[in-house]
Amino acid sequence: MKKRSTLISIVTVLIMSLVITACGNPSDSKKETQQLGTNAGENATELSFWTFVDLHGKHLDKMLGLWNQQNPEKQIKLNVTVMPYDDMHNKLLLAVTSGKGAPDIADIELGQFPKFMEGDNVPLESLNDVFAPYKDVVVPSRVQIYSKDDQVYGFDYHVGATLAFYNTEILEQAGVDYKTIKTWEDYKQAGIKVYEKTGKYLGTADTSATWQQSLLLAQQNSDFTDENGNPKVNSPEMIKALEMLVDLQKNNVIHTIPGGQPDTEEAKGEYNKGNYASALMPEWYMSRFVNEMKDLKGKYAIAPLPVFKEGDPRSVGLGGTGTVVTKNGKNVQLAKEFVAFAKLSKEATTEIWNTLGFDPINMDVWKDESVTKNPDNEYVQYFKTNAFDTLNEIKDEIKAIKSVKASPTISNIFNTVTLNAIFEDGQDVKEALDEAQAAIEQELK
Amino acid sequence: MIKRFVYSQKVAPYVFVLPFILIFLIFWFYPLVNSFVMSFQDRMLGQDPKWVGEANYSKLLTDKVFLTAIKNSVVYMLGTLVLLIPFPMLFAVMINSKLMVGREFFKSSFFLPALTSVAVAGTIFRLTFGEMEGSLMNSFLGLFGVEPIKFLKNGEWSMAALLILACWRWTGVNMLYYLSGLKSIDNEYYEAASIDGASAWQKFRTITMPLLKPTTVYVTTISIYAGLAMFTESLMMFNGNNSPKNIGLTIVGFLYRQGIEKNKLGYAAAVGIILLVIAMVINLTQLKFSGMFKKEED
Repeated sequence: MKKRSTLISIVTVLIMSLVITACGNPSDSKKETQQLGTNAGENATELSFWTFVDLHGKHLDKMLGLWNQQNPEKQIKLNVTVMPYDDMHNKLLLAVTSGKGAPDIADIELGQFPKFMEGDNVPLESLNDVFAPYKDVVVPSRVQIYSKDDQVYGFDYHVGATLAFYNTEILEQAGVDYKTIKTWEDYKQAGIKVYEKTGKYLGTADTSATWQQSLLLAQQNSDFTDENGNPKVNSPEMIKALEMLVDLQKNNVIHTIPGGQPDTEEAKGEYNKGNYASALMPEWYMSRFVNEMKDLKGKYAIAPLPVFKEGDPRSVGLGGTGTVVTKNGKNVQLAKEFVAFAKLSKEATTEIWNTLGFDPINMDVWKDESVTKNPDNEYVQYFKTNAFDTLNEIKDEIKAIKSVKASPTISNIFNTVTLNAIFEDGQDVKEALDEAQAAIEQELK
Repeated sequence: MIKRFVYSQKVAPYVFVLPFILIFLIFWFYPLVNSFVMSFQDRMLGQDPKWVGEANYSKLLTDKVFLTAIKNSVVYMLGTLVLLIPFPMLFAVMINSKLMVGREFFKSSFFLPALTSVAVAGTIFRLTFGEMEGSLMNSFLGLFGVEPIKFLKNGEWSMAALLILACWRWTGVNMLYYLSGLKSIDNEYYEAASIDGASAWQKFRTITMPLLKPTTVYVTTISIYAGLAMFTESLMMFNGNNSPKNIGLTIVGFLYRQGIEKNKLGYAAAVGIILLVIAMVINLTQLKFSGMFKKEED
């Protein structure tokens, strides 16, 4: 009897451990390498590419097909490896700085970019020569953010112009017309009505991302850092921005959201449930609606952001991913030419809109209505209004926030301590910002 | 010649301990010396190292985030000591008892969590302690009319969640240590005590507990180290190394943030050395007070 029970226990343990092992270590199971470029000939050059966004690989796959067609003598096969965000950046930083094991091409998120620019020996290839032909058609500020000492090191996928996404169904229930929201005061009044009539919040008070601070600073022509790149997070502009957000929170216009900001799994669940009526997010957030909030199709409209006073700039380019070429590669020149083609050409930027739903940095696409208003495009179908109507309206008002050496530290302290202290614990804005400034200075010492 | 060498009674012990000595030198002593040197440098991969003296240490002592990390690690370590020594001991005694039904079943069910990938377990616990109304813990509390709690945004609650995860994961392992300790206690002691009319509690207090002391010392020593070195559980629970107000940041998390995420290897090395010192001081004190350094009496 005892033997049998022992046997049953052992078998149970074995089965369970097999099941659990099959679940595996998620960071390992997510890492996968896939070879792209099926139309490439036998003599094609093999290049490797690391990214943290699966869709980016799909875009490059399309561009690779075109490149191999157009350049039979310079064909490429691309080994794409997709890894989780932190994992990929940490491994890439170790690989490029140690000079061992880095891929030929890689995606680096804007917030992580300054880490790769530190010191005198930038471990990335300058892309100036391949950038020259596209210089006049791309948004200059989106190239500037990946540059150091007049050398360009990365090409972005998008401008990331910040827009307001409104759930018209909830707003109509509250008797609010989103088109009338021009200033933050209008936004506040609309939010008060929404809360009174529906018990829902108009927007979010973000605690784990600085999108809101960035856009409110940009609207005041300010920044997290001064012209020398030194942090100045307790500036009058920042105090004004955060005090306004606290006022909105106190009036139940905005509220903290699970996950801490709209671009998290938990927050998207809240949006899907219709608990929040607007998201003030960069244009690329459209892809989250289309891919992860399918139930909201046909309910959302796109409009310019509210401002402090009419005439202030209504948008800021936020987020971004620069595709870079590392110094370790075997065929650096070919990698550079391909990256420029895959990110900046008219064909590439058209595909960036079609596949990824991003606002591409090549402005030629913005004007081409056959692309931007293509009725077959799922991003056109999903929203009540066309994104490019708003984008073209505000295209001269898209400001930039600098990404400098201090930026990763500033975001880290804001996203872990400061914003939680203000929105979760109700700490005084000025006091929290003074503490943040001191902590950032200490960290950067 | 070789035979004589291998069979030599003087040489043989050295041959047997050689693998350990080599592993110790290559994987412990060399990195330790290297880290110690690095902790006095401003060092980044890809850049030339600069000698900065004790600057990294003096910066660390005024770094509030580091002090938060130390506090979190120490509280977690103490919590695991309080929970993961008495309860596993008690469970081991219960399971070892002849009156226990389904002994093997309980043994394997307690041990099962130790086989689970910490990444999977951490993720499941993160969802369990989510702040949404629908998360498992909040749905349960909702049955009693309790408002949803933001577990992972509050210092005490998140520490409780981390300790619950630790208990779930390690109770079985510590219990097995105690079970093996119990096997080495001679049954004659209990028989003699029974003849003298000792109660179950008296037997536990005067025979089981004292004779389990070596096991307890061992479990305490590894628990101190494991508590101070905890990292993955927090990383998974907070979905990254950045928790709100750093409530989940541990010493190793801070080391990882500085060394790997920020490429400040010199600063990170100083953190490592301080962690080593803290662990050594606590453990040596504990061993001293438990009498482990006394020579065994004949």
